[in-house]
Amino acid sequence: MDAIILLTLTGLGLAALYFLVASGLSLVFGLADVLNFAHGLFLGVGAYATWWAAGNLPGAGPDGFGFVVAVAFGVAAGTLMAVLVELVLIRPLYSRTIEQVLVTVGLSLAGVALLQATWGADARPFPRPEWTRQVTSILGAQVPNGGLLLIAAATLVLGAILAFLRWTRYGLIIRAGVENREMVTALGIDVRKAFTLVFAIGGAAAALAGALGSVYFGTVSPQQGGSLLIFAFIVVVIGGMGSVVGSAYAAVAVGLLQQFVNYYGTSGLGDICVVALLAVVLLLRPQGIAGKVATA
Amino acid sequence: MTVEPVLTVADLSVRIAGLHILQGVSFTVAPTGVTVLLGRNGVGKTTTLRAVVGLTPRNGEAHGTVRMGGQTLLAQPTHRLVRGGLGYVPEDRCVFAGLTVAENLRLAERRGSTPAYDRVFALFPELDRRARQRAGSLSGGQQQMLAIGRVLLNDNRLLLVDEPTKGLAPKVVTEVAEVLERVAESVPVLLVEQNLAVVRRLARDAVVLAAGKVAWTGDAQELLRETELTRSLLGVGSAEVHH
Repeated sequence: MDAIILLTLTGLGLAALYFLVASGLSLVFGLADVLNFAHGLFLGVGAYATWWAAGNLPGAGPDGFGFVVAVAFGVAAGTLMAVLVELVLIRPLYSRTIEQVLVTVGLSLAGVALLQATWGADARPFPRPEWTRQVTSILGAQVPNGGLLLIAAATLVLGAILAFLRWTRYGLIIRAGVENREMVTALGIDVRKAFTLVFAIGGAAAALAGALGSVYFGTVSPQQGGSLLIFAFIVVVIGGMGSVVGSAYAAVAVGLLQQFVNYYGTSGLGDICVVALLAVVLLLRPQGIAGKVATA
Repeated sequence: MTVEPVLTVADLSVRIAGLHILQGVSFTVAPTGVTVLLGRNGVGKTTTLRAVVGLTPRNGEAHGTVRMGGQTLLAQPTHRLVRGGLGYVPEDRCVFAGLTVAENLRLAERRGSTPAYDRVFALFPELDRRARQRAGSLSGGQQQMLAIGRVLLNDNRLLLVDEPTKGLAPKVVTEVAEVLERVAESVPVLLVEQNLAVVRRLARDAVVLAAGKVAWTGDAQELLRETELTRSLLGVGSAEVHH
């Protein structure tokens, strides 16, 4: 019983990480039709900026309020990076899908190379508050606090995104744009501003995933974003392009499946099962769990 | 005295995926009443409206001159044209199915101008009653009213309306025609319409397209009176012309 509770909560921690990466990816694809392979870079920038800030930024540090400042700096850096990528590289290519893919793949590779050249290819220990290294006893299971932190953060981000989509003017534009972007422009709305906004939201969530994921794993490495991005893409496809709620359900399914199968089967079998789940969803429900609707 | 047209289309050519859909189309739209764009299926009527409002698809290109007042329209982004007073009601309504009626209308609101909800609800009281209903669950007629209402929330210099009665029940077709008739009293309309009874009721001027070119322009009622001409241009029988 303890094992099941532990696996469920660590699986939900993994799901939280996937959701933080996938939510922005899904909105960007749903609204702007951009398959952003550079999304993992936003995660990497967030993680490294947090790591750098904890050691160098005045007022920031590895513990207490200083750590909050460091994470906020990391999130700000990831958001800025996402906005710059959209404005400088993606915006001129909105009608050119192949070039978009080439640019984002190239940027992703260049970004990893730059991180490696600056801070080395090896994983580095991540400064983190002492309490995140400890565990909390829940119904007899010893659950890592880092995982609980991820679950709490993802829940807050999910609530914030849904509230934004439901209650704000830009949220309305994004929901409508995911359904029919052309018709949004035909109502006199400059939808490009919404594109920049979804990139910013996606960049912020991915950067948060980078910072808190590094807290969970205890290390930061240049390849971190790329490996998480593969599962984030799977989550987006299973959840349905453009659906934040769909991404949340899919992230939970993928996280739990991976965790349980890896524990009760062979290590690595969980990843294969996730790919099998993706294949089943694509065969039975190609539009994903929630289809192409930005649900609020 | 010569009346200045509200819209001038000159030598408009549109190529999509390598196909020449429009080839040097030229016509004008009068500053009052309804000008109807007619033609058989696939002659480029919708392509013309979409080119005017800047919605030529990514794999296409539009050349020529389109002017509204002193403003050149081609090459301007759609949202700017619409904000400049070009209202567009697309074929198949294109309401946002996942949003409520109120949200569909709210989307059309613009900063700096007061949305004319009174005007919209006077024409379509049903929209007020169904404000919280999802647009995807409305009937075809109600969706059409929402599509028109959304555009009427703001003041327009010209309305482009694409096949508003397509797929609607005869009773609803009459209702939509009545609404357009009232709308056309205050704003000129360029209408694409296949239903000749609606054309007879609404249109003053007609532009007939054939194979991507203008085949005939003139008085719409005169066109409908000339059965042979109508048959040769539109491919319809006398029964359809006279009812």
